[in-house]
Amino acid sequence: MQRVSQRPTYKTIVSVAAAVAIVAVILALGAQKNFGPQQYGQLVVAGLGAGAIYALIALGFVMVYTVTGIINFAQGAFVMLGAMIAATIYGDASSGDAVGLVIAAIIAILATTLVGVAVERLTIFPARNADTLTLIIITVGVYIAIQGVGLVVWGTSAKAFPAFTTLDITDGTLRFWGIVLKTQTLWIWGTTALVLALLTLFLGRTLTGKALRACSVNKEAARLMGISPTRMSVFAFGLAAGMGALAGIVLAPATRPIYDMGLKLGLKGFVAAAMGGLVSSPAAVVGGLLLGLTENVAAGVTKSGLKDVFAFIVLIAVLLRKRGIFAAGTDLERP
Amino acid sequence: MAADSYRSDTGTTTAPAGNGKESAPRRATMAGVVVLVALVLAIGLLEAFQPGGVDVSSLTGGVITFDTTVRIGILTIVVVGLNLLMGYAGQVSLGQAAFFGLGAYSSAIFTTRAELVGIGSGLEGRWWWPWLVMVLGMALTGALAYAVGRPILRLRGHYLAMATLGLGVMVTIMFRENLGLQLDTKDITGGSDGIPGIPRLRVGTFEIWPIERYYYLVWFLAIVGILLALNVVRSRSGRALRALHSSELAAETVGVDTARFKVRALVVSAMYASIAGSLFAHFRVAVSPTPFDFLASLELVVMAAVGGMASVWGAPFGVAAILAIRELVRTRLDLVIGGAGGEQEAVAFGVLLVLVMIFMPEGVVVRVKEVARRWSR
Repeated sequence: MQRVSQRPTYKTIVSVAAAVAIVAVILALGAQKNFGPQQYGQLVVAGLGAGAIYALIALGFVMVYTVTGIINFAQGAFVMLGAMIAATIYGDASSGDAVGLVIAAIIAILATTLVGVAVERLTIFPARNADTLTLIIITVGVYIAIQGVGLVVWGTSAKAFPAFTTLDITDGTLRFWGIVLKTQTLWIWGTTALVLALLTLFLGRTLTGKALRACSVNKEAARLMGISPTRMSVFAFGLAAGMGALAGIVLAPATRPIYDMGLKLGLKGFVAAAMGGLVSSPAAVVGGLLLGLTENVAAGVTKSGLKDVFAFIVLIAVLLRKRGIFAAGTDLERP
Repeated sequence: MAADSYRSDTGTTTAPAGNGKESAPRRATMAGVVVLVALVLAIGLLEAFQPGGVDVSSLTGGVITFDTTVRIGILTIVVVGLNLLMGYAGQVSLGQAAFFGLGAYSSAIFTTRAELVGIGSGLEGRWWWPWLVMVLGMALTGALAYAVGRPILRLRGHYLAMATLGLGVMVTIMFRENLGLQLDTKDITGGSDGIPGIPRLRVGTFEIWPIERYYYLVWFLAIVGILLALNVVRSRSGRALRALHSSELAAETVGVDTARFKVRALVVSAMYASIAGSLFAHFRVAVSPTPFDFLASLELVVMAAVGGMASVWGAPFGVAAILAIRELVRTRLDLVIGGAGGEQEAVAFGVLLVLVMIFMPEGVVVRVKEVARRWSR
C-alpha cells in the first residue's frame, strides 16, 4: 500500500472543516451552559480516565482478533469477572489491607484467565470452522452465560472495592487549577501504559509473542513453521481474559462493580479497538482515549444520558470510514 | 468461500423451478399453512371452550399460558422478517429489537399523545386511527431502515453486526432519553417508565379484546406474514438474496444489484418488526424501553437461529421453543435446584445458544427434518 500524496487533498480539507465545525458546535453548546476552561478541563480529565479503561479493554479485543480473526463479544464479561472476583475475595477486609488487595487482584486475574482458556476450548475450538455469523452468536452466547452466572453468584447488588491509594472506599483527590482528579485515575493511566509497554515488549521480543504475531499474519505459514494456531488461539483468549480482568480491577474502585457492567464496557472497548483499526495495540489505546474524551465532552455540553449515543455515533462513523482513525488500520469492509 | 451452512430450507433449494402444475414447494406451503392454521385454531378453540375444564395453561402444567401464545404470534412476525434478512440475505442484525420498538413507540405516541408531535387530538378517538398509525409506523420504520441501511450494509460480518448493535443501543437510549430532546414540557417517550394507556384496537364499535379475539388477529397477521415471506423467498428477489448470501461477488457478476437487494431485505424486515411492535403495544397497552433493548435483539437472533436461519416455517417453532424454555426455566427450575429463581434463566439461555450454534448452526427445525428424512429412507 502506497500513500504518496503529501499535499492536502479534498478529503483532508473536508475532515479538517468537519473537525472545526464540531469544535465550534461544542463551544457554542458549552457557552450556553456558561462553561469555562475549568469545566472543559474537568470533562477532559474524566474522559481520559474512562478512555484509559476502554483502551485496556480494547487491547483484549485486538489480541484475540489479530490471532484468531474473531471479535470476542465476551470480552466485557471478563472485565466483570475480574472486578467481581477481586471484590468478593477482598470482601470486608478491614481497610488498609494492601497485601489482601494484591492477592485478591492476582487471584481474580488468574481465575479469569482460566475462564478465558475454558471459553476458547469449549466454545470457539469446536466451532472453529463455522462462519462469522455463527461465531458472533457463539461469543454473544458466552457473554450472556457468564453474565448469568454472575447474576446467580453475586445477585443484583453492586460490590465495593477500595481505591488503591487510600485502601478505602473513599478515594483521595488531587486538585490543580480547580480541576479535581481522583488518585485512582492515576492508577488507571499507569496500568494502561504499563500493559501497553509490556505487551509491546512481549510481542516484539519473545518467541511466544512472535509466534502470536505470525499467526495473525498468516495462519498456514505459521503452521508450516511449527507454530500451532490452535494453541496460540488458546493463549490469545487467556491473555485477553487476563487483561480484561485487570481492567475490571483497576476500574472497580472508580465505579461500583455489578454483574451487568460488562456489556457496556465491552461495547466501548470494541469501539476503541475498531477506532484503532483492530490490529494495532498502540492505536487501540489512542482510540480508547479519544473515545472517552469524545463521549465525555459531547455528553458534558448536551445531556449526560446521551453519552452512549455519542460513543455509538463514533463507532458508526469509524465503521463507515472502513478503517480506523489511522491509515494503517485493516480494511474494515473485509470480514 | 467458506462452507455455507444456512443453505437448506423448505423446498426452496431442493426443488427445481417447477415444471409440473403443482410444484413441490407450493404443496409444502399448503401443507404448512394447513398445519399451522389447524394448530392455531386448536389452541384457540381449546381456550374458548375449555373441554372438561382443561385450558392451554393447565394442559401445559401452567408453563405456557394463553398470554404466551399471543406473544409467540407477535414475535413470530419479527422473526420471519429477521429470517429474510439473516437467513436469506445473509446480513446480520443485532439491533432488530430497535425496529420492533420503533413500531411499538409509534403506536404508543400517536395514539396517546399525538398532539405533542403536532397532530390534532380529534383523531385519537376514531377507531381507525390506531390502524392507520400501524401502517404509518411501518412506513416510518421502513424509511429509517432505508436511510441507515444504505451506508451500513456496505459493511460485512463482524462490522455489520457491531453497527446494527450500535444502532439498536442508540434507539433504546433515545426511548429512555426522550428522543434526546431537552424539553421538560414535552415528554414524548415517557423516559424509563414508558407510555401507559394505549387504547385497545377496535373495528367500529367491535373491540378486539378480550385476549381470545386478539389472539386470532395476531395469528392471522403472523400467517399472512409467513405467506408473504415465502412469496418473497420464491421470487426473483428471493433468488437474488440467496445468491448474494452465497457470494456477493458472484451475485454481482450475474447482474444482481447487491446493494439494492440488501437494503430491501433490511427495510422489509424492519417493517415486519414494526407491525409486530404495534401489535405488542396494543396488546400490553403500555410500552417501556426494556423489551426493546440489546438483550431483546439477541433473543430475536436466537429465536431465528433455533428455528433455522433460512427457514420461514421455522420461525414460529423457534419463537415457541425459546419462550417455552424461558417459561419452563422460570416456573420449574426451583424444583430441580432448590430455591432457584429466574436468575438461572440467563445462564441456561446463554449455554443453550452456544450449544445450538456449535452443534446445529442451521437450526433445530432443519436438523430435525434431516434426521426425519434419513429415518424415512
